[in-house]
Amino acid sequence: MTTMKYVDEFRNPELIRKISEEIHRHVDPDYHYRFMEVCGGHTFSIFRFGLQNLLPENIELVHGPGCPVCILPMGRMDNGLSIAKQQDVIFTAFGDVMRVPGKHGTPLELKAKGADIRMVYSPLDALNIAMKNPDRQVVLFAIGFETTAPSTALTLMRARELDVPNFSVFSNHVLIIPAMQAILDSPDMRIDGFIGPGHVSSVIGARPYESIAKKYQKPIIISGFEPLDLLQSILMLVKQMREGRFEVENQYSRVVPYEGNMSALDVMKEVFEVRSLFEWRGLGAIQQSALKLRPEFAKWDAEVRFQVEGARVSDPQMAPCGQVLKGILKPHQCQLFGKECTPEHPVGALMVSSEGACAAYYHYVHLQEAVGE
Amino acid sequence: MCLAIPGQIVEMLDGDRHYAVVNVCGVRRKINIDLLKNEHLLLGDWVLIHVGFAMSKISEEQANEQLNLLSMLNESDEAIEEVQGYQFDNEKV
Ligand code: SF4
Repeated sequence: MTTMKYVDEFRNPELIRKISEEIHRHVDPDYHYRFMEVCGGHTFSIFRFGLQNLLPENIELVHGPGCPVCILPMGRMDNGLSIAKQQDVIFTAFGDVMRVPGKHGTPLELKAKGADIRMVYSPLDALNIAMKNPDRQVVLFAIGFETTAPSTALTLMRARELDVPNFSVFSNHVLIIPAMQAILDSPDMRIDGFIGPGHVSSVIGARPYESIAKKYQKPIIISGFEPLDLLQSILMLVKQMREGRFEVENQYSRVVPYEGNMSALDVMKEVFEVRSLFEWRGLGAIQQSALKLRPEFAKWDAEVRFQVEGARVSDPQMAPCGQVLKGILKPHQCQLFGKECTPEHPVGALMVSSEGACAAYYHYVHLQEAVGE
Repeated sequence: MCLAIPGQIVEMLDGDRHYAVVNVCGVRRKINIDLLKNEHLLLGDWVLIHVGFAMSKISEEQANEQLNLLSMLNESDEAIEEVQGYQFDNEKV
């Protein structure tokens, strides 16, 4: 049986085997389960460990929108790149962003054409570059869910404290709860329960998920990233459904406190306010789903400083990235998958980041199939 | 970028600057610890690091699990590269 082939490489094969068996025992064989893992880190882990192989065939894992570069619509990339093209600007971004295609190419390609675009590992790096280059405008293209937003916020507070006038942030920070709601409101999607994100939840805590669980009657399990964590979470989902419960449970309590991280929530509140509307790739415009800088921070807001248009550029016609993001299509069902679109030459953002479903699928499933497994 | 990096605090930098030095697999690097100011971090404590900031205080056991996970995901090199890449290390930010 393929199931057990993978088990021995795990750290605790016995336990893995036991939980896998327990899941098989608890499922209703006549029901097709669709669970969404919201977080890109989970997607990565699921593919890497071939966890689908340890599950009954009627449990389908749907890969959610929790990879921040994947959900960024092309218009936002283009907005960012239009800033990067301006004279005297040093444009900074995390590594994943560097390879995301905008309408006229990726940041890396623009860099090759002479724009001053630099990869950074921390928002503080961008602030540091600004302090070292007082005669240049240094812009941070900020992305991420609630895991990253507090770091951007603290960096902005530091910029204010040190009064760094030539630093600004182009905020693309997004919020997890409205995204989950949008998915559940979407008529073409059926999700039975969520594997909730680990590190986002270490910031927001478990409480914000409770209203979703209740309103939509869906179980939500906040989960760690190890194979054992993920399997345990899936078992918890199956058990809740069997018992007719719709609750938020915290499988990752060793890292996620129920109340979240108060200091992180406080700094986010001080620096950011919620946008009334933000466009997501695949999910469309979602109300109250993203963060922008408060007016008090206008001085450091790239959207104010550079007057960025709300450019809405649709994705390439051929590319159904949005369908994949919503779990309607599997990556390999995209016509471009593995042909025009590869990790070396990504057409869509889901092929860029290792947390994107297409890249994860390409690296692992593809490989397994290639060696005939 | 979702996968946090575990590090152990080996030096506290002067109180009001909100920085500490962590050891990540033998690499020493300065990180910001403001987001954990309620945790009253001490030398020897373990934290999860994300984009230059300590995000969660964790147990040593959890740190080892996380290191193990990163290596199983073939992400340890990236993690060390990230930590080494923090350019604010010796600066006044
Ligand atoms: S394979 Fe490429 S083009 Fe197709 S959905 Fe994935 S990222 Fe988009």
